[in-house]
Amino acid sequence: MKHLLSMADLAREEILEILDTAVSMHEVQHRDVKKLPTLRGRTIINFFFEDSTRTRSSFEIAGKWLSADTINLTGKGTSVSKGESLRDTVKTIDAMGVDMMIVRHMASGAPAQIAQWTRCSIVNAGDGMHEHPSQALLDAYTMRQRLGDLEGRHVALVGDLTHSRVFRSNVLCLTTLGARVTLVAPATLMPAGIADWAKADGIELSHDLDAVLPTVDAVMMLRVQRERMSGGFFPTAREYAVTYGLTKDRLRLLPDHAVICHPGPMNRGLEISGDAADAAQSLVLDQVSAGVAVRMSILYHLLSGEQSGEGSAA
Amino acid sequence: MSDRTSEDTSVRGPQRSAELMQGARMSVETRPTNTTPLLITGLDLAGAGTGDLLVVDGRIAAVGADAADQAPQGSQRYHGEGLVALPGLVDLHTHLREPGREDAETIETGSQAAAAGGFTAVLAMANTTPVTDTAESAERILDLGQRAGYVDVHPVGAVSKGLAGEELAELGLMARSRARVRVFSDDGRCVHDARLMRRALEYIRSFDGVISQHSQDPDLAGATACCHEGELSGRLGLPGWPGVAEESIVARDVMLARHTGSRVHVAHVSTAGSVEVLRWAKAQGSAVTAEVTPHHLLLTTDLLTTYDPVYKVNPPLRPQEDVEALREALADGTIDIVATDHAPHVRQDKEHAFTDAAFGMLGLETALSVVSTVMVASGRMTWADVARTMSTDPARIARLTDQGQGLTVGAPANLTLIDPDRKVVVDAADSKSLSRNNPWHGRELTCGVHLTMLRGRVTAREGLVWGASS
Repeated sequence: MKHLLSMADLAREEILEILDTAVSMHEVQHRDVKKLPTLRGRTIINFFFEDSTRTRSSFEIAGKWLSADTINLTGKGTSVSKGESLRDTVKTIDAMGVDMMIVRHMASGAPAQIAQWTRCSIVNAGDGMHEHPSQALLDAYTMRQRLGDLEGRHVALVGDLTHSRVFRSNVLCLTTLGARVTLVAPATLMPAGIADWAKADGIELSHDLDAVLPTVDAVMMLRVQRERMSGGFFPTAREYAVTYGLTKDRLRLLPDHAVICHPGPMNRGLEISGDAADAAQSLVLDQVSAGVAVRMSILYHLLSGEQSGEGSAA
Repeated sequence: MSDRTSEDTSVRGPQRSAELMQGARMSVETRPTNTTPLLITGLDLAGAGTGDLLVVDGRIAAVGADAADQAPQGSQRYHGEGLVALPGLVDLHTHLREPGREDAETIETGSQAAAAGGFTAVLAMANTTPVTDTAESAERILDLGQRAGYVDVHPVGAVSKGLAGEELAELGLMARSRARVRVFSDDGRCVHDARLMRRALEYIRSFDGVISQHSQDPDLAGATACCHEGELSGRLGLPGWPGVAEESIVARDVMLARHTGSRVHVAHVSTAGSVEVLRWAKAQGSAVTAEVTPHHLLLTTDLLTTYDPVYKVNPPLRPQEDVEALREALADGTIDIVATDHAPHVRQDKEHAFTDAAFGMLGLETALSVVSTVMVASGRMTWADVARTMSTDPARIARLTDQGQGLTVGAPANLTLIDPDRKVVVDAADSKSLSRNNPWHGRELTCGVHLTMLRGRVTAREGLVWGASS
């Protein structure tokens, strides 16, 4: 494995390997000296064409704790506006001899394109509406901490699916791990062709959150941007919160063992109520904590695998 | 400089003749010239049997079995055995990028690509910088085309000033100009405002113009829409371009055509739904015509899986069901013609993230091979159908008087001789275009262009091209 571009590229065993390694990485987090020598001498560029706080800092911490040299670059605005092609931009960085680029870009597919143009490892840290693989891996890690094996577990993904890269990576990751997945959203926030997609991948669709919640082991609430209202995706925030939000009342519908996830940032009062976000069942902060460990594991698997010359053909 | 002609025959002529001989699949006694009568023997006359074709003074002087008898003494002979003769191809939809983006294409290089692809006339779309929205700008394109001399270049006039979709461009002055503009289009953008479309249609009726509509409702498919809306756009996270954004405009426009009694031409039809609307409209007798591009006849949405911007085009590549409907519609005449939508772009405008990259792909040099591969080799169309859809009918829609008259006695000798059985592996590097955004690179197609002739003058042969000054 040379790149991490899409969860579609990972087999079940590969996912489990990353998650298992993350367990030992997670222990580092609780030491006083949080440093492993694993990636000493390796150079990792965090290339963020789109703003990010948590993902960028999470990857940066992960790189530093593995002793890699990490450098942050921001590419504010598209390279189109700078008059330089994306290819030229990334080839320039690649030519400096870096080992890995962690790329966030506002355009779907940009990391996959960059992987075609460069020789270093590429990690997709979120591309447009496409994918966010490290988020899906840390979500799986967090859910496994509470629920154990996800095989046969029922996970509902609720909210703005259309614009969500978290949803796309999660649905691939969860189905690969054998979980049963139900998508809940108004039709306007379900991606085009979702019916064909669901049929092909064995995913269930619903517009009735109340009916779904009593059957889940985990519910993942996805961020709904308020500006979607002006796009006519739903009438008002009030109607959305009442129909699809994880309100205080709906908390009661969840089985006791079920957990609540949210990739953040949360819109309290819209897709998730304060009561749900702060409930004992909520894994929101566990997700953040796991983020560093899972990303350490990702960096380790991509770069140490490449070093030993094994499995780098991808 | 004054005796360019003598320079031609003494120096360039023989040298070119030698090049001509190389790789030729037939013997050539001398290079065909403009002045000597030329008898081309043994041609497949595109549905009219096998026969000879005599060219005298830039016109077709005789066709058929008795053409040889009518050849004057001293005529050159050219062995056409195994070749199919088509009337010179006419492309109703080309982007030549000049003025404004001469780094991507010029009228000269685009004309060369056209001649190499078997075309004798192209209509150059108006979305240049500045926009072709005045008589002066239209005449300038006509003149540059004539100076290059590879094909007839006819400017398409903008429907709205600056393609802004707000006020009418000077349609009448463009029509009255030396360029005699008859085709008007805001291509690249849809004439979305129904009131403006209605007025434009009413206005152009007096000079028998036609509006070539880029059918894309911007409310349903905005500027970022770049992937057919469906399962794949959902999975790839690319902004969807739903078929209904095209179909709703086609439906509106066929009703406006009926209401105004004017001619609407639907550019680059891409969906089965549009075909249904067109079929209905034609059954009603509406003055509606339509084109399909070679790429929409063969390439499909799934090519976008790798996010390679070479496959980014507007309207987007569609699923196989749509492709199949387009083939059927072209074969049964619901879609009248093939037009390339040749859209050159410099490398750096394509080497962006998919959503940021420029729309469009090259098409002039591969159009005939694609149509041959998809429609003729499969038995769905004959060479006579190719002549109709790529020469006669595009010329008729554009009201060109000097093109598309078929292989008839007295017509200008605009000819394309093709080698129907040749296997062609497309190499982007071989293109006459300045650009390399070629989605056909590496593909094997059938049928190659052997020779293109514009009013009796050879403009291209086996990839070599000659313009007005050659």
